[in-house]
Amino acid sequence: MRISVEINGREHEGDVEPRTLLSDFIRHQAGLAGTKVGCEQGVCGACTVQLDGQPVRSCLMLAVQADGRKLRTVEGLSANGELHPLQRAFNEAHALQCGFCTPGFLMSMEAFLREHPEARDEELREALAGNLCRCTGYLGIIEAVEHAARKLRGADVQGG
Amino acid sequence: MARAAGGGLVKPAPFEYRAPASVDEALELLGLDSTVLAGGQSLLPMLNLRLARPEVVVDINGLAELDHIRDEDGRLRIGAMTRQAALERSELVGQRWPLLHKAVRLVGHTQIRSRGTVGGSVSHADPAAELPAALIALDARLELRSAEGSRWVAASDFFLGPLYTVREPDELLVEIEVPALPEGAGTGFAEHARTHGDFATAGAAAVVAPGGHTRIALLGAGPVPARAGEGERALAEGANAREAAAAATAEVENDYRRALCGELARRAIEEASA
Repeated sequence: MRISVEINGREHEGDVEPRTLLSDFIRHQAGLAGTKVGCEQGVCGACTVQLDGQPVRSCLMLAVQADGRKLRTVEGLSANGELHPLQRAFNEAHALQCGFCTPGFLMSMEAFLREHPEARDEELREALAGNLCRCTGYLGIIEAVEHAARKLRGADVQGG
Repeated sequence: MARAAGGGLVKPAPFEYRAPASVDEALELLGLDSTVLAGGQSLLPMLNLRLARPEVVVDINGLAELDHIRDEDGRLRIGAMTRQAALERSELVGQRWPLLHKAVRLVGHTQIRSRGTVGGSVSHADPAAELPAALIALDARLELRSAEGSRWVAASDFFLGPLYTVREPDELLVEIEVPALPEGAGTGFAEHARTHGDFATAGAAAVVAPGGHTRIALLGAGPVPARAGEGERALAEGANAREAAAAATAEVENDYRRALCGELARRAIEEASA
């Protein structure tokens, strides 16, 4: 089946079988390998992308279901060569080691912070629960997200 | 990973994909060889693991007529394709049917609720799912439609066993109807999951209203979510939350599960009675 998906503002067309997963279309046909594939059963969150602004598991969608829709992947986060504040915070707070889970965390939390700019402590931890990390022990990730949340709210990061 | 003839990586076994444009068209496609694809948050893992190998996948995501939340003469009508995230965000639901709001927040993770649907969760019939238990406690009814016609089934009669319901292969769950809560009713929902967003080990939903209206529904306590009649009667007859919870869970098998269900039922009843 011929499909056309807008990813990060650019149209990507391709022929797919109905059983082709969206995650595989993104990686192998659109050539955007930033989106990672971990468990392929909706548990790990590594393949999280944004569908019309909402975070979704791309391994739990068929590519044909994204025909005509707008996707955003980790490649669409930075702008004009500048890292997104969330990406910068991950870097600064040592929120990654191997980095495999990072794109999923970023796409989940970018959507979450956009919708819940005032979220604090427990809410942030709850929002992080849909992504697994086997390296960091999460403390760096929590710190990074809290840091980015403050920055996105426009608060004084140093004083925060 | 298998590599298909076309060169793309694939995991699910091949199937014929149909995306009907109307409910009537969808009903024509339903049968023994077909599977309905709603939000896909349970079906896709089963396809990826090849635990499910349907010949035809009927994708009902294009059926806008099944995506609505509305108040109809005081009764809540939820289209089966309503996303769990939409239920969670609905002010109408939050204000008038708070039990559904409490339950849906515990379904999977945000990323799952973006896609997962209310009808899908009900039809999938996992014994530990939140929405079925909440709908049972709310006396909800479900509309099943086939090419032959339509029938309404009480949520409490819908579930037959794990992943097994009264829905026939040629039927589609199209609508969920929830009556208004009785005047002055309180609701409570409690569950235990090892980590937030995981399937619950067990849980309880409760509705308590003046005049003896009591509903207690358990999830994860047996093969199907079900009302706990003994507990409801005890509560209506003046038992306190602890006594009613004990009565509600006396028949639960396995000491740990019984103790857990009892404690969760007590919390749900106390929240509903507060």
